[in-house]
Amino acid sequence: MSELTLTVMRLGFLAVLWLFVIVAVQVIRSDLFGTRVTQRGSRRQEARPQQSGRQQAAPPQQRGAQQAPQPAGGGRSRRGAPTKLVVSEGTLTGTTVALQGQTITLGRAHDSTIVLDDDYASSRHARIYPDRDGQWIVEDLGSTNGTYLDRTRLTTPTPIPLGAPIRIGKTVIELRK
Amino acid sequence: MSVVTNTTTIGAIEAPSRRNTELALLAFAVAIPVFAYLNVGLALDGEVPSGMLGYGLGLALLATVAHLVVRKWAPYADPLLLPLATLLNGMGLVLIWRLDQSPRLISLAKRSYGAFSPSAPNQMMYSAIGIAMFVGVLLLLKDHRVLQRYTYISMVVALVLLLLPLVPGLGTDVFGAKIWIRIGGFSIQPGEFAKLVLAVFFSGYLMVKRDALALASRRFMGLYLPRGRDLGPILTIWAVSLLILVFENDLGTSLLFFGMFVIMLYVATERTSWIVMGLLMAVAGAVVVGSTASHVQSRVAAWLDPFECLKTAPEGSNMAYACDQMTQVLMSFGSGGILGTGLGQGNSDLIQFAANSDFIFATVGEELGLTGVMVFLLLYGLIIERGIRTSLAARDPFGKLLAMGLSGAFALQIFVVAGGVMGLIPLTGMTMPFLAYGGSSVIANWALIGILIRISDTARRPAPSPAPNPDAEMTQVVRP
Repeated sequence: MSELTLTVMRLGFLAVLWLFVIVAVQVIRSDLFGTRVTQRGSRRQEARPQQSGRQQAAPPQQRGAQQAPQPAGGGRSRRGAPTKLVVSEGTLTGTTVALQGQTITLGRAHDSTIVLDDDYASSRHARIYPDRDGQWIVEDLGSTNGTYLDRTRLTTPTPIPLGAPIRIGKTVIELRK
Repeated sequence: MSVVTNTTTIGAIEAPSRRNTELALLAFAVAIPVFAYLNVGLALDGEVPSGMLGYGLGLALLATVAHLVVRKWAPYADPLLLPLATLLNGMGLVLIWRLDQSPRLISLAKRSYGAFSPSAPNQMMYSAIGIAMFVGVLLLLKDHRVLQRYTYISMVVALVLLLLPLVPGLGTDVFGAKIWIRIGGFSIQPGEFAKLVLAVFFSGYLMVKRDALALASRRFMGLYLPRGRDLGPILTIWAVSLLILVFENDLGTSLLFFGMFVIMLYVATERTSWIVMGLLMAVAGAVVVGSTASHVQSRVAAWLDPFECLKTAPEGSNMAYACDQMTQVLMSFGSGGILGTGLGQGNSDLIQFAANSDFIFATVGEELGLTGVMVFLLLYGLIIERGIRTSLAARDPFGKLLAMGLSGAFALQIFVVAGGVMGLIPLTGMTMPFLAYGGSSVIANWALIGILIRISDTARRPAPSPAPNPDAEMTQVVRP
């Protein structure tokens, strides 16, 4: 076996070993589990051309869903359907969550979609989800102090009218277009 | 759009199981040893080695079995542990096979035992048993918290395992260290298994006692000293590990057990004083034993100045032997340099005795150089990192402590072996996990990986969805 071949193999082997380590570290990097922080809201959508690099990083289904609420986006989204959830009273005032067909959980539990810092809220207080027709439903999850839609305490899953206040402790949220 | 919209939403990521990542990495981890095998064969004989297909297929088969079992019974387990262990095991097989080809070692074996038998087929068999052990752990241990019930039974089992080599007729004295027992034709190193059992005992014990150890303490010179009665267990473990050291001449194992206990105490109580006390006690014990036991004395002399001691030690004595080994090992590392001599082209077989077990890391150092040594240390480091990550992610305190204890013991073992071989600390007779030749070590370490995979599967499994509330269904509303 020629000297050259052996030298190439020796260096190649070291390179392969290091490649394995690098691949393993990449797996760790992509595997850091925890929470995902997503920027939302209109300000970002206006600035879309500048931020296209960061947009690429978002998962595809999310990108598609964020484009859908655009009013100019054609007749694909149902007319009159809410596109976002807004916290209008309480410590989280101003927080918005885009409605993309996912279930939104509310409560003090730290894995909730909206984590309520409110003494009157239960850890898993309520959830908001779309039914089969795309109508958004709010459901109380057996909370201690109850969930109120307008002035009535919820006992069954109830469809949410656009703009109706949902009250949980000191927090009020509503669905908007 | 009047509200402030520059806000963020924080949502939980659905944990993917990552089994396909593991499969891809496993394929990579099997391919590397096959490449190494080819490299050794080409360097030694100039042709593709005949056993390459057999070893490659054997390793691939073992990896496939392990992967399928993980896919079926631990679907959310950490994706890195299995490929890392497979790669280390495969590289160990190649290095042992490479040393089997050495004419020097063959003639040495013929001189001392009358016959030479290659070690690589045995190691392949041990790896298979190791994988079987791994599969067994995953099948039988559906939930690691079951182990918590056996806290005190594990203590007894661990002590029995540790003391077995001292039983006359059962234990055998192999080259100065009484750490082996012989049953039938097999020799077993019970200390390797005691490591796992002891970790179970420590986690079960500390989970119950950690508040007493952490809070009921007096402050003295800036350190928190625990009450006397809480000191009992640490003193007992210290005494037991010293006894092992004195009667079995095994510096490494006693260091490993004591170190593991101190690590777990620190993790359980968050008190730095335990580390300070542990280090002081370890140093005191080491000094006392190091200045009295002759076996340890020669190791210390070989560590302090191997080249000088080679000249001064009497010919044929134990000390001359230890110093000769140490000088050969240092020469091995030195001649490897940065990039190494290439697989199959080094002279690490000059170490002669135990070249493929205790000193296998010297072969890595000579033939793969500093670059290769760093890779191996990183691979071990990644296993330890995944273990500690598992411990952080585990939801129950027992699992946390167990994962931490096992990865801590693994880390200490790497430190003791690699440090001893490189001359950082006195040499102790322990094996490099997965790399070195030895059945007990390979089997016990596969079991360790199995337990870590079980804990990480539980830790990474998504939380069950909240049970539907029967009260919320179709209740009549009476409006005021």
